[in-house]
Amino acid sequence: MLRFVLRRLAAGVVLVVVIAVATFFLLHAAGGDIGRRILGQTASAETVQFKNQQLGLDQPLLSQFGHWLSGAVRGDLGTSWFSGQPVVDAITSRTAVTLSLVIGATLVTAVIAVLLGVLAAQRGGWVDRVVQLASVLGTAVPGFLVAIGLVLVFAIDLGWFEPTGYTSLSDSAGGWLAAITLPVLALSIGSIASVTQQVRGAMLDALRQDWVRTLRSRGLPESRVVYEHVLRNAAGPALSVLAVQFIALIGGAIFVETIFAIPGLGQVAVGATSQGDIPLVLGLVIAVSLLVVVVNLVVDLLQGWLNPKVRRA
Amino acid sequence: MTAALPLGPTPAVSTARVPLLRRLVRNPTGVVALVWLVLIVLAAVLAPLLAPHDPATASARDVLAPPGGAYPLGADSSGRDILSRLLFASRVSLTGAATTVVVAAALGISAGLIAGYHGRRFESVASWVASLIMSLNAVVVLLAVRSVLGPSMVGAMAVFGVLIAPAFYRVVAAAVSGVRHELYVDAARVAGLSDSRIIARHVLTVVRAPAIILAAGIAGIAIAISAGLDFLGLGDPGRPSWGGMLNAAFGVIYRAPLQLLWPSAAIGLTCIALVLLGNALRDELERSAGPAPRRRRGRTAAAVTVATEPVVVHEEPVGARGGDLLRIQSLSVGYDQPDGSVTTVVRDVSFTVRRGEVHGLIGESGSGKTQTAWSILRLLPPGGRIVGGTIEFEDADLASASNRQMTALRGAKIAYVPQEPMSNLDPAFTIGHQLTEPLRLTLGIGAAEARERALALLTRVGIPDPPRTYAAYPHQISGGMAQRVLIAGAVSCNPDLLIADEPTTALDVTVQAEVLDLLRDLRAEFDMGVLLVTHDLGVVADLCDRVSVMRAGRIVETGPTRSLFADPRHEYTRALFDAVLEDGPARGPLIDTDPTTTADTATATQGARP
Repeated sequence: MLRFVLRRLAAGVVLVVVIAVATFFLLHAAGGDIGRRILGQTASAETVQFKNQQLGLDQPLLSQFGHWLSGAVRGDLGTSWFSGQPVVDAITSRTAVTLSLVIGATLVTAVIAVLLGVLAAQRGGWVDRVVQLASVLGTAVPGFLVAIGLVLVFAIDLGWFEPTGYTSLSDSAGGWLAAITLPVLALSIGSIASVTQQVRGAMLDALRQDWVRTLRSRGLPESRVVYEHVLRNAAGPALSVLAVQFIALIGGAIFVETIFAIPGLGQVAVGATSQGDIPLVLGLVIAVSLLVVVVNLVVDLLQGWLNPKVRRA
Repeated sequence: MTAALPLGPTPAVSTARVPLLRRLVRNPTGVVALVWLVLIVLAAVLAPLLAPHDPATASARDVLAPPGGAYPLGADSSGRDILSRLLFASRVSLTGAATTVVVAAALGISAGLIAGYHGRRFESVASWVASLIMSLNAVVVLLAVRSVLGPSMVGAMAVFGVLIAPAFYRVVAAAVSGVRHELYVDAARVAGLSDSRIIARHVLTVVRAPAIILAAGIAGIAIAISAGLDFLGLGDPGRPSWGGMLNAAFGVIYRAPLQLLWPSAAIGLTCIALVLLGNALRDELERSAGPAPRRRRGRTAAAVTVATEPVVVHEEPVGARGGDLLRIQSLSVGYDQPDGSVTTVVRDVSFTVRRGEVHGLIGESGSGKTQTAWSILRLLPPGGRIVGGTIEFEDADLASASNRQMTALRGAKIAYVPQEPMSNLDPAFTIGHQLTEPLRLTLGIGAAEARERALALLTRVGIPDPPRTYAAYPHQISGGMAQRVLIAGAVSCNPDLLIADEPTTALDVTVQAEVLDLLRDLRAEFDMGVLLVTHDLGVVADLCDRVSVMRAGRIVETGPTRSLFADPRHEYTRALFDAVLEDGPARGPLIDTDPTTTADTATATQGARP
């Protein structure tokens, strides 16, 4: 078990390093006069050159990389070119907000998708058709349209929620809940739709297995067969999709944070991107890759718990 | 959310030459989706002709003008005509989507063809790269690209094509490696066709349909992504785009909420149309991919119409023991068909099982034996049901009993041993859990007592190390052990009737004899009636007191085993015996090497012609 975890962890570290190196060179290879971009058109050539020197941009690319890498292994990802804030601070201070959205949406997705998927697979008939149609539409409509629709209806028309803004959990639990309800809902619709389809399919696959008949022949009530045995067997494939969705939700959060004016990683990302703040962009890519590695590891462990065959492998 | 890859089930479509478009036209959803997409393409191509205004001309007087008059859909916050901008903006979305699809298809399909056709080293590298790319977050990568490339929509969408190429790669590689070993591909190779000719002629036809379905899905995602980037303000502000228009409208959400409708509708409907188009294609291809409803075991037999003939009944010997435990009369089982008709797989079957006896139900595959067994348990597959007759068991008619009554009877009174041991244990739970769960539910005993009983049962059925097997998962034990576990589970609640559906067919010959011995002993020990479904005359001779011969859903001959074996009267029964005898000499040397088989065959032969 421990060896399994260590091996997956090592593979994850390799992944992050590969991504970090590739991103570093891709971002820096594009070049351009960065000092000029930061200081603007009015700055004199000398100050621009001084700025470039200050940022180490006059050095050869490899030595820039060496400098960045020696910092990175010590947990220092440099400072933002525009705000001067350390990259690690800029990211960590925003991570909690984004994670509360993404984790919230994942939980909502897991609960609702399992309910709908099981219902559709077990009942069949028109229930199944309605769930299937809804989930096709749910996957098709982009999340930011859902978000805009929710703002329009629940915040502006009905006035149930504030259309924008964020209250942190430590300030007010109720305020936090009210602030993340619509964003989480907007994020969840698409992933609920995808995961529901997967749960439904996995349930149908499991229901077709021979052992279902044998369990029924032992006198187990139908609810026990479906919710304990069939669902447990369907949980593995569903979990894989949920993990893919978690990664996609991080991307979705960028849109949703913009629409609801929530100060998370998304705002940092959009700002850094449009300015070309390379250290910050690089830091974001690394942060998201780390998240992905952690999520995949957790999912692997859960899969081992769900499926005894994986455990020994 | 918008960046989720379409990794849903892609159909294994094998029909080579499907007139895709013609099939699609017959599907109503497909037609609507197609019409919308054609309209969007036309709007993009003809935008300069259709647009009433220049999309960039702003008029300060007409800021947020309501729909109507000179502005059919109104004017935006800069006083520009919304309709004209929508028409021109469709160009950005379509070129973006086309770029993504072309890049993804070119990369994914070619890599998939190479990996699937030549396999091995390339495949392992390509699969690693594919899973690496798929673990990236598409939106974050696109933002990073944007920070380098600037607001280049084509560049961003090309990168997105690379990011989503693994979807193509996986579908194509799987389809190609599936077809690579088909006989017609081998034949083409033997005939001297070059690899490239084979790929072009045979492999691409297999890949075409799933690739088109995938392309529709990816185009939808690409449109959502490009609109999303424009909405974030990361696109080129110089040209109208649906996402940019949405962004502008979002800014005036309080003053003119209607402005949001037009770009939202354009984006949303186009994405939905593409997904529905893909679904419609898949539906049509699945429908044409073969005879739609898969035939279940037993159905083919019913197609053979057998003239109604009297059942050959052998006389009961005087002083037959035991009362009737199960009395089946005129049982018929049918499956509902999509067209509303019912296919009958078991018709007018009558026989009885007495307490303490083993009743053999013998016949070839598809004769309806298993269907009969399942109908007694009322565990027919979906669509199957009892369409006539009665199943009397302990004063109740199982054919009309409620589900609750059946649940109470199953396990406690009627038990079942399946044919295939390995697929009949839930892989996610330990053997111990699967044994104790029915014990606790049916007998209402505690966990400790249930464990004790389960261990005793495992010992009783001859499991060498009961505690180890108790803690094991099904994949950790052998088929013979699994069948013993299933028999232990079946008798665990002391049933009156045991239904064993070919309990030895899937086992090694040496294990078969042991399992039969076990069943014989348990029958005596628990004083159960046993209905033994089999196709093996040797098993019948060895174990059964009485036997019914089934053919094509009907019973043709029934009676005490001794009498029926001594004097088989129905031609089909005689044919069964002849088959055993004729096969005998031909298999001679094989049988000699294995003592158990010899013993079985000998019994059968002796029984047949004493």
